[in-house]
Amino acid sequence: MVIVPEIVLNRVSKRYRTGAVALEAISLNLERGEFVTLLGPSGCGKSTLLRLVSGLSGVTEGSVRVNGMTPENARELMSFIFQDPTLMPWRTVEENVGLSLELEHASRPLRTERVARMLEMVGLTHVARSYPRQLSGGMKMRASIARALVSRPRILLLDEPFAALDEMTRDRMNEELLRLYDEQKWTVLFVTHSVAEAVFLSSRIVILSPHPGRVAHNVAVDLSWPRTAEMRDSAEFEQAVTHFSRLLRGAQQA
Amino acid sequence: MKRRWLVSINSVALLLCLLGVWQAVVSLNHLPAYMVPGPKLVAVAVQQRFPSLMKSLWITAEEAAGGLVASIAVGMAVAMVFAQWRWLRQLVYPYTILLQTVPIVAIAPLIINWVGPGLLAVATVTFIICLAPIIANTTQGLISVDENLIHLFIMHKASSAQILFKLRFPNSLPNLFTGIRISAGISVIGGITGELFAGSTRVGEGGLGYAIIYANNQMETSYMFALVLAATVLGFSFFFVVMFFEWMALHNWHESKRADVAE
Repeated sequence: MVIVPEIVLNRVSKRYRTGAVALEAISLNLERGEFVTLLGPSGCGKSTLLRLVSGLSGVTEGSVRVNGMTPENARELMSFIFQDPTLMPWRTVEENVGLSLELEHASRPLRTERVARMLEMVGLTHVARSYPRQLSGGMKMRASIARALVSRPRILLLDEPFAALDEMTRDRMNEELLRLYDEQKWTVLFVTHSVAEAVFLSSRIVILSPHPGRVAHNVAVDLSWPRTAEMRDSAEFEQAVTHFSRLLRGAQQA
Repeated sequence: MKRRWLVSINSVALLLCLLGVWQAVVSLNHLPAYMVPGPKLVAVAVQQRFPSLMKSLWITAEEAAGGLVASIAVGMAVAMVFAQWRWLRQLVYPYTILLQTVPIVAIAPLIINWVGPGLLAVATVTFIICLAPIIANTTQGLISVDENLIHLFIMHKASSAQILFKLRFPNSLPNLFTGIRISAGISVIGGITGELFAGSTRVGEGGLGYAIIYANNQMETSYMFALVLAATVLGFSFFFVVMFFEWMALHNWHESKRADVAE
């Protein structure tokens, strides 16, 4: 039996209708259970790449395969988490979280049960009946994560999900995300422009260089698991951050 | 809470002052009642002709409400069609502006020719002038949905009906109510305008517009004032009914319905 990588990008290029080249000849494999972060300056096409994998946008050249299928056919396996929480303001937290189950016509008892369990997992049980406007930024983001996880995805695509949060909240959200990753073992493609965040979360970091977006480096992060909050103070962590910062700077100048 | 009471008391006091000034101007200048009646005479007219005033008010209310409700139903349906098919929207939308620019006074007689005098004709006039604000506002709300939310629905394989009813429609509610509020205000004007032409199928009995012409011909100026007052009250009550429904639909979640602390 041949083991197919979870996500395969084969010489993928993306040109906009204006003719501008966003991505050029990107080849990338993600094995099942990997946590891969796309790191790069803004405008290097990180988010575009995520959109290609999700099938929300089509490739100009090359191919994308998700679990051996086209992205459109693999949608059931994937969940997308956006930079903004994008909750629907007219729905309560639990109604927002239950959206995907509702769209696929899951039975009400099943929905209630899964949503309740999910809310408990992200610590939002006490605000289940509240509306998004009553929540803090961090709570909204947690609701957004719960909404993505309730459909039990195998693959998680995250587009700078914590960029708008303050640093303390962001660190805490990173730890919570890893805790959930540990339990559920998704394959993750994560986009950020924060080096420290990338190093803390990832098993591998892909650095993109801009104009057009290309893979500049594809490097494993050799920090031990589990990653804990204390690790941020360790010398290895500091070293890794310095190392990847240097790579990132190099990619930017190239 | 205390401040809100103070605002109400001030409003009432202002009204009483204005009535006082009005009465003073009339009395001091010895204006004849057929030119400008004082508030006292208007009050007497209201009291004496209360049953027929109420009857006219009720007739106009029926016509205006009928036209308004029809325009809400049709306007929402049209807006949903526009939201679903962009090419159709671009093709037809400019023509909905005609609904607003058409001189209703000129086509009211035509409408009466077509549908015959009476309630239906007047409601049709109201319907025409109420339709454009509903279509314009609802369409705006249906198409200005956060792109990421649409992507989210697509990622979870939502059908276009699900996107329309679970995403676009709730997103458009605030705009829909803005449209209804505008239309509710003009629906009473539409009803009265319609009545000026359509009048009534029975002599001496009709809505406010019909009664205004009748009173004018009879030089019953104080009753005319009473009728205009009734029309204003009717417009106000339409507005408040709409405000109530709007509050019901939006107070839980919409930013415009936040407690005043946040302002």
